[in-house]
Amino acid sequence: MDERVSLAIIGGGPAGLAAAAAARERGVEDIVVFERDTRLGGILNQCIHNGFGLHTFKEELTGPEYAGRYIEKVRQLGICCETGSMALSISPDREITVVSREKGLRVVRADAIVLAMGCRERPRGALNIPGTRPQGIYTAGTAQKLVNCMGIIPGREVVILGSGDIGLIMARRMTLEGAHVQVVAELMPYSGGLKRNIVQCLDDFGIPLKLSHTVVDIRGRRRLEGVTIAQVDRTGAPIPGTGIDYPCDTLLLSCGLIPENELSLTAGVALNGATNGPLVDDRLQTSVPGIFACGNALHVHDLVDFVSEEAGRAGTHAAEYILNGGHGAGPCVRVMPGEGIRYTVPTTVHLGDGDDQVRLRFRVRDVYKGRAIRVTSGGEAVLLKKRRIMVPSEMEDVAIDRRRIVDGDLRVEIVEVEP
Amino acid sequence: MRYDVIIIGAGVTGCAVARALSRYDVSALVVDRESDVCEGTSKANSAIIHAGFDALPGTLKAKLNVRGSAMMDELARDLDIPFRRNGAMVVCWRADDLPKLQALYDRGVANGVQSLRLLNGDEARALEPALRDEVCGALYAPTSGIVCPFELTLALAENALENGVRFSLSTGVTGIVQDEAGFAVTTTRGVFHAKCVVNCAGVYADKIHDMVCEPSFNITARRGEYMLLDKTAGGTVSRTIFQLPTEMGKGVLVSPTIHGNLIVGPTALDIDDRDDTATTREGLNEVRRASALGVKDIPYNRVITSFSGLRATGSTGDFIIREDEKVKGFVDAAGIESPGLSSAPAIGEDVLEIIRGILPLREKESYIPTRRGIPKLAGMDFEARQRLIAARPEYGQIVCRCEQISEGEILDAIRRPLGAKTLDGVKRRVRAGMGRCQSGFCSPRVTELLAREQGIAFEDVVKNG
Repeated sequence: MDERVSLAIIGGGPAGLAAAAAARERGVEDIVVFERDTRLGGILNQCIHNGFGLHTFKEELTGPEYAGRYIEKVRQLGICCETGSMALSISPDREITVVSREKGLRVVRADAIVLAMGCRERPRGALNIPGTRPQGIYTAGTAQKLVNCMGIIPGREVVILGSGDIGLIMARRMTLEGAHVQVVAELMPYSGGLKRNIVQCLDDFGIPLKLSHTVVDIRGRRRLEGVTIAQVDRTGAPIPGTGIDYPCDTLLLSCGLIPENELSLTAGVALNGATNGPLVDDRLQTSVPGIFACGNALHVHDLVDFVSEEAGRAGTHAAEYILNGGHGAGPCVRVMPGEGIRYTVPTTVHLGDGDDQVRLRFRVRDVYKGRAIRVTSGGEAVLLKKRRIMVPSEMEDVAIDRRRIVDGDLRVEIVEVEP
Repeated sequence: MRYDVIIIGAGVTGCAVARALSRYDVSALVVDRESDVCEGTSKANSAIIHAGFDALPGTLKAKLNVRGSAMMDELARDLDIPFRRNGAMVVCWRADDLPKLQALYDRGVANGVQSLRLLNGDEARALEPALRDEVCGALYAPTSGIVCPFELTLALAENALENGVRFSLSTGVTGIVQDEAGFAVTTTRGVFHAKCVVNCAGVYADKIHDMVCEPSFNITARRGEYMLLDKTAGGTVSRTIFQLPTEMGKGVLVSPTIHGNLIVGPTALDIDDRDDTATTREGLNEVRRASALGVKDIPYNRVITSFSGLRATGSTGDFIIREDEKVKGFVDAAGIESPGLSSAPAIGEDVLEIIRGILPLREKESYIPTRRGIPKLAGMDFEARQRLIAARPEYGQIVCRCEQISEGEILDAIRRPLGAKTLDGVKRRVRAGMGRCQSGFCSPRVTELLAREQGIAFEDVVKNG
């Protein structure tokens, strides 16, 4: 006998919790959150630094505090959360195979599903860094878990490759824990993390950031003994003769995050090659009806506040899908990433005469100073927004009146500002 | 301690010899300098059970490969390890080279390889659509197979252990002398005595040989670099795609692995340092370049790890499996490069026959020919998995999300005889950490389990060694 629920949410991190709360507030009674870890909160539990919640709560919280607000909310709303439960697969008609210690292996059928599995870090192997494979190489997030949740310092002499936010945060954390962070190397000519993290985590501690540099060799048989860092040319290829050896026992990698969608693929959800997240419409519905996506499983965010907001919308749309017995198909237009735009979320938008705003989120390909974001609908400009600076490490977010969208491609692009 | 036989080296060859010997009423000890079995050449190779068309007819490589491959189905059943005959093709994209394919076919027939067929380019592409348009011919060998080299080696070792063979790991051999009772083998853990010594020491086999015998061969470490791709790329090809062999080996192959990943490689470079398993920029670039010659659209953006292994290339060009002419009782199983994995069970038999000439071998009644592996929950049907979790709830707690490996399986890996002591040991036994995140998520928990089960501090759990 199959179990049935109205809404199943896969992942009890910030995205899943916000989606659950929003769906309950919109009127869905029967909700279950499946969380594979032993506790709710996701990666926020290991983010003990502050800086979370400035948008959502207008105050500065640590990661666990931010998660705590949503965990409390979900508890107050009486939403069922199963921790230690991992969804193994989802069928296209929304039968979820779940496994846990307590309840064993079972199938749960859901009227709608919100995918909120988060993302993973790009490991050393995927970076094709040559050399040996000793102990002492960690992704920044793994090191963060060891230090902040388990009280283990993975090493004393540290080199960091990649200037993603977790790498920057860990440069500071390792320094505060008494380790010596020698250098942060970044392959690109610009940082992969937020400006405030460069200032607060590197500059304030005198840790050098070497842009256009990468690790070209790893040494040490059992334990890491050293790495070589070299300058790279514009194509990312190391420039011969620029290598410098850094003796170290620890190498942290902060070289990009990848939305985790192996589960989505089991349901037949189509992915966007640019994000590795599902292709979604402006209701955050994937290519499979009744399956929605949000948070870092959809695309990698810079701030958790934006995750919560987006996940709330996914929860609301999922609730409407359930309460209305499905969404009307309705005409859609495509959202096309134009000049300077790496991707957009969503990639399709429903036409309609509602007075709501359509949110478009995207990342730019390069550093742009003094340019503008232009959105056109069927060739007509519907939005022009000047921006002092745009960088690939920060997500951009614009809103458009739905009534201004006509039948024709929506195009997002970076344009010169007319004098 | 006195033994009838000491086997030096716990790779696939040593473990195959140990298992073959364990059927008989002899006392045997396997020593290895590493803390686990399968730590050398056996852990980093193409994981192919070759059909047997490569080696020159009449060589040991040819005979033992064909015989070893034929033994593999029953062995896999007995030892409960995954094995599949996925077939292989040697592809050729220059019309000038077609005679070489024919020569390879003839060689395979002479070696006794069954079911070989020569295909034209279109026939080959009909079977493997990812082959390049330039491919103009292929030798198709349906009997070629894929195996997990860790599980094969571990299963041989576990079964030998269950039948009474002892293992002393973290035990490096530093000297061997012949005495009236046979041999005294000095190790980092004391002196062991035996009537017979079997040298399965891989890239160090010549050094071990020369400790007690006149030098008669050299071993060169021939490094091969590989890239392993995510399971989502595992279906790029369904058979193992080889290129025409050269004097340095079988060239760069593209193959699914038994666990569903895609493996590409190896390069071939002779090196001086017999422990140097580093990868290089040049090597990895070469793997990419060469693998793309025969197969198109390999998704290199889904590489999850790269590694290199060392082939133990012997100076005679063939496997060296014999009792030393002067030092009676000292048996070499050396120069076991490719097709060493494929040949291992047959090498075990051949070494056994040599030992039969040295010691009396009497079959044991208590011999147990089969071994049960650690249950693999991710591959089980629903009801069987449900029952197992109901019986032991740890099987329901997923620790490695990428490979869907449960806490129960990891505990099994640690608690079994010859169990895992390191993160890599767990990884090789149950694949926790083998997936696309490369242990980023699961390693803290696996480390906790290793520390708890061994009664050591978290900080003292190591990745390997």
